[in-house]
Amino acid sequence: MGGNSDVKLIDDNGIRIDGRTVEQLRNIKIEAGVLKNADGSAYVEIGKNKVLAAVYGPRECHPRHMQNPAKAIVQCKYNMISFSVNDRKRPGPDRRSVEISKIISEALEYVVFTENYPRTSIDVFIEVLQANAGTRCAGLTAASVALADAGIPMKDLIPSIAVGKVNGQVVLDLNKEEDNFGQADVPMAMIPRTGEVVLLQMDGHLTYEEFNRALEMGTSACQIIYDLQKDALRRRYRVDAEEDPAEPETESSQEA
Amino acid sequence: MGREIMSEIKRDHIHKLISKGRRVDGRMWDEYRPISIETNYIESAEGSARVKLGNTDVLVGVKSVIGTPFADTPNKGVLSTNAELIPMGSPNFEAGPPDENSIELARVVDRGIRESQMIDLEKMCLEPGKEVWMNFVDIYVLDYDGNLFDAAFLGAVNALKTAKVPMEAHGKGEDFMMPIRCMPISCTAVQIENSILFDPSLDEEKVASARLTVTTDENGDLRAMQKGLKGALTIEQVKSVIETAQRLGGDLRKLVG
Repeated sequence: MGGNSDVKLIDDNGIRIDGRTVEQLRNIKIEAGVLKNADGSAYVEIGKNKVLAAVYGPRECHPRHMQNPAKAIVQCKYNMISFSVNDRKRPGPDRRSVEISKIISEALEYVVFTENYPRTSIDVFIEVLQANAGTRCAGLTAASVALADAGIPMKDLIPSIAVGKVNGQVVLDLNKEEDNFGQADVPMAMIPRTGEVVLLQMDGHLTYEEFNRALEMGTSACQIIYDLQKDALRRRYRVDAEEDPAEPETESSQEA
Repeated sequence: MGREIMSEIKRDHIHKLISKGRRVDGRMWDEYRPISIETNYIESAEGSARVKLGNTDVLVGVKSVIGTPFADTPNKGVLSTNAELIPMGSPNFEAGPPDENSIELARVVDRGIRESQMIDLEKMCLEPGKEVWMNFVDIYVLDYDGNLFDAAFLGAVNALKTAKVPMEAHGKGEDFMMPIRCMPISCTAVQIENSILFDPSLDEEKVASARLTVTTDENGDLRAMQKGLKGALTIEQVKSVIETAQRLGGDLRKLVG
């Protein structure tokens, strides 16, 4: 957090530099099943963020010693491509992406029924194509849709969003300028059905009241994102009754 | 890459079709899969292009930063090409430092751009011996279904052609478009039994014995070539690939804005 509150990011009418109110999300687009090779995949745009997620597995667990005889492990690799940010990022993992990979893996592992696939690995790859604050949340949102697209049984999808504090106000879904010059950033993810929190980080400075307000905003935003995730999967797997009457496979799946 | 296991039944099927002069997906021997190119796909890059060649999906971006020139070319900008076969793109791609396949891919693309002198690197010099633009062309393979060479090359030339050198952001004056001198195009063919097939799909690459990539310029002159895989080509086959690459290069060049 830059913490520089001199930069005016919210005007007197409560409108942010990209025209949103403090409680408004950026435009979100979610698509499921966008890659051919991957067992499951998803593409997410949140504002100017563009993120792809791909799932391979359950498959043989790669570093063998990581195998768990009782359940599958979820291994996520979060990566930013070199031209996703203004200053070219050197290709390959850095400390930040290793940490993000770890917390996303842990969030996903909680919802996947890992005991169904002992000794295997479920590999999730997140590639940030274009970054504009909130990429880990966009990545996790995409990853859970990709897992569903791969047909992996899960308790629920995981919508994720960041909340923060800018010019002394709690705001939803920080953009890059707000992230750079804001006073706090709280990325979070939850399971909508149960309200359980599976990812939570914070940096900056918040009072307890402000944190509660942030949590509240994040919870309702997660519900909106959750609906978009489900909608993306429905669009991917919708079977139109009129379509392909000659295709026996389609017919039988409708009956089932 | 392309060396994975394949069921015998599929292998036989491809061979059988080829002996009858046909391909698995019904294409002619010199026919490319549908190509779509989306330029300026990434705003944070100086130039970018997402290229889909059939099911092969490649994202290429250009970043330009100010650096010091090489001692032997003090008045020329720098061009550097890098390819990442990210694990997202195929079950056989692994994370980690570039392997021989991604290095070959990057070097073949680099050679085509460099040897054709596509970029006027002398115009990329700010102060001789001190400051020049260093241009990084980064290739990411998002989905791999064969013929990365041509998909990556189309992506690279499109990304470069639409790239804007960020002078303003560095306080060096006005932005200008990447100085382009010509438009090279690469065409890749593989040999299966004694047939030559252009734009091989992944299945075709798996059974192929040899591969040849030919990069030509607008005049049909040759600018770079690369033979790959373990088989051998006859002189007649080499000539046939070159002549076809000259013809197809003209068609593909029309796709570059």
